Amino acid sequence: MRWEEEGMKQNAFIMGNKLMGSSPHVFSLIMPSIPITHTQTPYVTGTSVLGIKYKDGVLIAADTAGSYGSTTRYKSVERLRPIGQNTLVGATGEMSDFQTILQILDRLIITNAMFDDDNTLGPPDIHSYLNRVMYNQRNKLDPFWNTLVLGGVKNGVKYLGNVTMLGLHYVDDHVATGFGIHLAQPIFRNEWNEDMTLEQGTKLLEKCMLVLFYRDRSAINKMQIANITEDGVKISEPYALQTKWDYEAFSNPTVGNEGSW
Amino acid sequence: MSMVFAPCLTETAAPTTHAEPAWSPYDNNGGTCVAIAGEDYCVIAADTRMSTGFSILTRNYSKIHQITEKSVLASSGFQADIRALQKNLDARHQIYQHQHNKQMSCPAMAQLLSNTLYYKRFFPYYAFNVLGGLDNEGRGCVYSYDAVGSYERSGYSSQGTGMQLIMPVLDNQLKSASPLVLPLQKSTTPLSEFEAVDLVKDTFASAAERDIYTGDAVEIVIINREGVRRELMDLKRD
Repeated sequence: MRWEEEGMKQNAFIMGNKLMGSSPHVFSLIMPSIPITHTQTPYVTGTSVLGIKYKDGVLIAADTAGSYGSTTRYKSVERLRPIGQNTLVGATGEMSDFQTILQILDRLIITNAMFDDDNTLGPPDIHSYLNRVMYNQRNKLDPFWNTLVLGGVKNGVKYLGNVTMLGLHYVDDHVATGFGIHLAQPIFRNEWNEDMTLEQGTKLLEKCMLVLFYRDRSAINKMQIANITEDGVKISEPYALQTKWDYEAFSNPTVGNEGSW
Repeated sequence: MSMVFAPCLTETAAPTTHAEPAWSPYDNNGGTCVAIAGEDYCVIAADTRMSTGFSILTRNYSKIHQITEKSVLASSGFQADIRALQKNLDARHQIYQHQHNKQMSCPAMAQLLSNTLYYKRFFPYYAFNVLGGLDNEGRGCVYSYDAVGSYERSGYSSQGTGMQLIMPVLDNQLKSASPLVLPLQKSTTPLSEFEAVDLVKDTFASAAERDIYTGDAVEIVIINREGVRRELMDLKRD
């Protein structure tokens, strides 16, 4: 009976899958039901992403580190990527999940382009879509382990938003992820204003990235800044910031406090 | 080719289970909502702070959503679930309008919200809702909910992290008839619209003093026979 043979082959395939440990479909009279598990911890991670609106558009910054736990395993990871003509996505968290998300967004942009009707997806559209993707994964209890910053300009409207791995999302004039929430947001809240020029905006972001480099263990001194304006997305080449380590307190740290470190 | 061995053709009763996730799919983004029903108006208010853990994510997020001409939903809890719930209700309302050629009444929306919440009884929307609006007679109505859909119409309600700070003040100040007194009297407050809005501002200012998740600003929506009006009052940002 052909269908029975097919059935047996399918079962062998499924059992094989189980033995290989991938997420199994558990329907079988023979094998007992085992619980479905999903990855619960990230492996290769990116740290903070910072974003601000400025007079002519949006600036987003991130370093290029991919950490493997406490090791800085990869030092040239591009965590800022353009999507379509008007949008940029920056990712914190698991880099492999980010790569999957980029593939999903790629399919979205291409499918939209195939309609060939001069309609392009802008930042709010991508934000909404990404939000649905992240929320639906969370509903399956299998999240994409990322926090994404989304920024862009379309038709004169500047847009900057955030999506977390739980599907939490919002828009604001300045956003930060990871350690940036604790170290950079307060600086933004103090120093950001609506009419910053490109130079002022860049300086503000660099100031915050420097603080993050000093204080975030997983940050490195190699960063990129993306500038999105009505004319499109421009991501800088990776560069380093000037650091200062020769503070007196650093050179003789236990002066006045012998025995300390 | 034995006839006994026929797997995969029938799905067995063995249920699939998920292993205990070490990570929680929920988060509480804080905030407080209040609604007060008057003779011919309804006041719905919520703060605009969105937090996670001990951090503020944004000071400028609206928890209030107008679903129909006459009903306004205010929700606190987990923002992603709240947004999904709002979109769900919007979609259902659109379908209703296509099918019935009219908007849903507030009591009808109240029932729909309850059913929508209970539908996800075994993976709930982490949303604490207060629905306010005008009923079919033009009188104010307020419905408050728990996360899985049990609800009650009342004269006023609050939900969220500042709920326990605000509710006693409303009990004391609104002069609404007690629901325990027989014969049952109508639960709307005898206060005027202006007095009710003033009271809301006072209660939020007080809640912002003691509740760390409430603050930044309070958004107040007032529905009456003229339509829908919005006010925004700053609160302490600490």
